Amino acid sequence: MNIRMVREQTRRAFSIAKKDLRIYYYKPPVLISGILMPIFLCMAFLMGNKSVSLPFLIAGLLSMTLFFTATAISPVIFPWEGQTRTLERLISCPVAPESIIMGDMIASTIFGIAITLVALFIGHLIGVIVIHWILLICAIIIGSICFSAIGMLLSVPPTAVSQNIMLLSTLVKFPLIFVSGIFMPVEQMPGAGQVIAYLSPLTYFTDIARFSLTGTGYFPIYFDVWMLLLFTIILSVASIVLHKKTMPLRI
Amino acid sequence: MPDAISVINVTKRFGSLTAVNSISFSVKKGEIFGFLGPNGAGKTTTTRMLTGVLKPDFGDVQILGHSMVSAPLLAKQKFGVVPETSNAYPDLTAWQNLMFMGELYGLGSEHAKERTLYLLQIFDLYEHAQKKVQSFSKGMKQRLILAMALIHEPELIFLDEPTSGLDVSSARMILSMLREMNSRGVTIFLTTHNMDEANTLCHRVGIIRSGNLIAIDSPEKLKDTLDKIHQIEVSFNRDIPEEMLRNLPGITTFSRFGDKWKLSAQDKDLAIRSLVALSEHEGMSIISLNTLAPTLDDVFLRLTGGEK
Repeated sequence: MNIRMVREQTRRAFSIAKKDLRIYYYKPPVLISGILMPIFLCMAFLMGNKSVSLPFLIAGLLSMTLFFTATAISPVIFPWEGQTRTLERLISCPVAPESIIMGDMIASTIFGIAITLVALFIGHLIGVIVIHWILLICAIIIGSICFSAIGMLLSVPPTAVSQNIMLLSTLVKFPLIFVSGIFMPVEQMPGAGQVIAYLSPLTYFTDIARFSLTGTGYFPIYFDVWMLLLFTIILSVASIVLHKKTMPLRI
Repeated sequence: MPDAISVINVTKRFGSLTAVNSISFSVKKGEIFGFLGPNGAGKTTTTRMLTGVLKPDFGDVQILGHSMVSAPLLAKQKFGVVPETSNAYPDLTAWQNLMFMGELYGLGSEHAKERTLYLLQIFDLYEHAQKKVQSFSKGMKQRLILAMALIHEPELIFLDEPTSGLDVSSARMILSMLREMNSRGVTIFLTTHNMDEANTLCHRVGIIRSGNLIAIDSPEKLKDTLDKIHQIEVSFNRDIPEEMLRNLPGITTFSRFGDKWKLSAQDKDLAIRSLVALSEHEGMSIISLNTLAPTLDDVFLRLTGGEK
């Protein structure tokens, strides 16, 4: 594939993302649940643990918002499009499988970033001060790509029944929330929990968010950034490779 | 001039089932080619390999000179597809669906808008441009799907049962559009169960059974090769005795049905000439004379084993 084709395929991936945003994301229930669910989780956590500081809480809110929104819709797009046979239309168009996958990831990334910025704005309104703005914005962008890739990976099994994928998604997402230092700092976790925390990209995003809001983190910040980038690359490549294998099985 | 479609020893297996077994055929540029076969014969699998939705296990498909195996994006750019199941996005409007297709085929924004407007007008959907497709009737959806397939002015179009389940007016509109497109040089690959449609529309048809291509020719030639015994129905202006027909050259059997005679003949031409000579010799006139040639339905049923 030459550079001109890469450019054209990138444009087509953005067209697919625009379509996804219109069809799957710009829906009041999706937008509202994207904001409300993390807020309710944080409120529940706050009511159970009043000793926690506001910046600590908002850092956790940002992590959960980004994670939940970037993985909310992306796992079910492939099953839906397989069921309605619109996937067959996309495949018969001059669009590479990579562009279809990237398109879905771009939509999920944009949605994740937009809703997380709303959560950040809410935090700002209630008096939280961001110490490292640029770092936080970069981390939100990279984290959103990374979590979108997780969402895409969850949709790899070639089923047209979206409920199956939602169940799988819940089974993976909720445990990750609890082992990633959102509700309990990594340093306070038991030994096994700390080991698992290392394997979750959400841990590194949470640590960056906490560093950006409180000025302190568990890991060195460069380690957080590199680990988040590494996870993003590995998960994105894995998502593309695996979807290319299972895509024909959806037809 | 390369063929519009060249299928070269294409095979597709699903586990132990061979869905398509090393088939080869070509479709000429400007041709309307009908692809027929009973359910489960391999029609849809073949069409999906031709449109790049499935990859063949062996063989190659060339679309207007581009290999679907080695250069699928270039090949796909050349054609439009109307699948059997309507698959426009129901949550998008007709306008958004067409614009989206324009973007996927690499049309510039202005060009895509022009084409969208033009297609909405000629397919009688302009009034509904801003309505979501979920509110469309089946006929409107099918017209939109055809419009989506034509957004980039393709040289080749694949259609799978384009008029299935449509009302008469939508079906006629689509068939007339296909004829009009073909007259402008667009090659049409039509998968259908409708034998009348195939008979009246297609220059050639291919028939697939159990993954094997068992016949490929023009509808008339296929009908001609099916049965060497032709049926003729004739009536005269007066009653005639059986003896007059008994020894006529070319006529094998005869029987009476009301005021008509039903004859069978191996040589249709010779039998008709004999009947005309008889009527002249006896001072009679022929009121009606029909040759009851096999229909494409008969050909299909015979070749696909639907009729023993």
